[in-house]
Amino acid sequence: MCYSSPPIRLPFQDLAPPMPAFAGTELTCLRGDRLVFTELDFRIEPGEALMLLGPNGSGKSSLLRMLAGLLKPFRGRLAWDDLEVRDEPDQHRRRIHYVGHLDAVKPVLSALENLAFWARLGGAADPNAHALDALTRFGVPHIAPVPGRYLSAGQKRRLNLARILAAPAPLWLLDEPTVALDRAAVRLLEGIIAEHRAAGGMVVLSTHADIALPGHRVLQLDEFSPVAHDEDEEDEEHAL
Amino acid sequence: MNRFLALVGRDLHLALRQGSDATIAVMFFVLCVVLFPFGVGPEPNILARIAAGVIWVAALLASLLSLERLFQNDYEDGSLELLSLTALPLEAVVLAKTLAHWLVTGVPLLVAAPLLAVLLNMEAGGFGVLVLTLAIGTPILSLIGSIGAALTLGARRGGVLISLLILPLYIPVLIFGAGAIDAAVTGLTPRPHLLLLAGILAGCLPLAPWAGAAALRQALE
Repeated sequence: MCYSSPPIRLPFQDLAPPMPAFAGTELTCLRGDRLVFTELDFRIEPGEALMLLGPNGSGKSSLLRMLAGLLKPFRGRLAWDDLEVRDEPDQHRRRIHYVGHLDAVKPVLSALENLAFWARLGGAADPNAHALDALTRFGVPHIAPVPGRYLSAGQKRRLNLARILAAPAPLWLLDEPTVALDRAAVRLLEGIIAEHRAAGGMVVLSTHADIALPGHRVLQLDEFSPVAHDEDEEDEEHAL
Repeated sequence: MNRFLALVGRDLHLALRQGSDATIAVMFFVLCVVLFPFGVGPEPNILARIAAGVIWVAALLASLLSLERLFQNDYEDGSLELLSLTALPLEAVVLAKTLAHWLVTGVPLLVAAPLLAVLLNMEAGGFGVLVLTLAIGTPILSLIGSIGAALTLGARRGGVLISLLILPLYIPVLIFGAGAIDAAVTGLTPRPHLLLLAGILAGCLPLAPWAGAAALRQALE
């Protein structure tokens, strides 16, 4: 008698949600009347880090602002799990943390009050505890009672970066996070990013400094610069 | 709702720590009104006649004074960008900031207005209506003003631009606000004026945050 064994099922196969991935296709960025980049494609999956490289003005910040939803792509589409970001902007805002060039530190509020406010808006259950914990993780628990106006540039940056820990979000968009940070702080940031990726988080960051992100992928933005295309065309013309 | 209150709370907290906006608005209001007896002379009948209009014009100007900074500080230090990326819709952000602005600059005017009415020899019958019109009218000023503040964000000399954009829109509020007080003082019923004011408030409450948020999205691009 023939007995067919049922197929082997791994216990987590049914439970595991489909891999969320964040992808952009044929993105074009127009600032004023200048094309910053065109036909840019990228894809990032859980646990991955994408490093944006390129000279000044190649559109690193513009791309990060686009990924955050602050800037509308002139052309192309952004999709999270194959669902267009444009169709569900409210959902998208809940899953990102954006750290830009400005530190958003209020001079009259203490560091803890500044951070607890963002933690509360991010939906943290106990904003003060989360905020203090995040400051400790960034090695600056002692600045908690210090008003924002007395903080140094590096301390403000650490306070701004601490927002990403004060409330959880799967996708971190970091625009030159290492600016004004000392070596020790960069090491701390590397550790925190590694931990976030190990937990299935995604990180997109731009940088000019050395920052160790094991197994990261690189996106060279100058490859998508329309100027490069123009030069190619000119070369062809000369050849003719 | 929790997030909305957190933002209102933060703005009130900031205003109390800085302390300047609230006191400047109410001081300006008082000084502006006090100038009139010097200008038109201390004749009690003339002052009583113009009291309602003077107090209302001064209230318009006082609310205008601090509007420029409604979004300016948050825009410059990057907070506005981050606020637009939270789970709180941008319309709610505008409404929360407008509410905080009204609590800080509008409510003190309600307290100061009866004192100024005494100074201008307004008839006692108008005091209640004066406070009532300001209670309905000053939120309208903050709401309409929030549109102007959002539109002029990032513009140079934004303060002057706000005045030009917003003052014409304040005219209906001025007409019905001062009209209600005049009606009460002359023994007529202020009810129709108050109803029209309340109608403007009911219209502005959903429309102003919506327009303000649209203007902020432009400014943040």
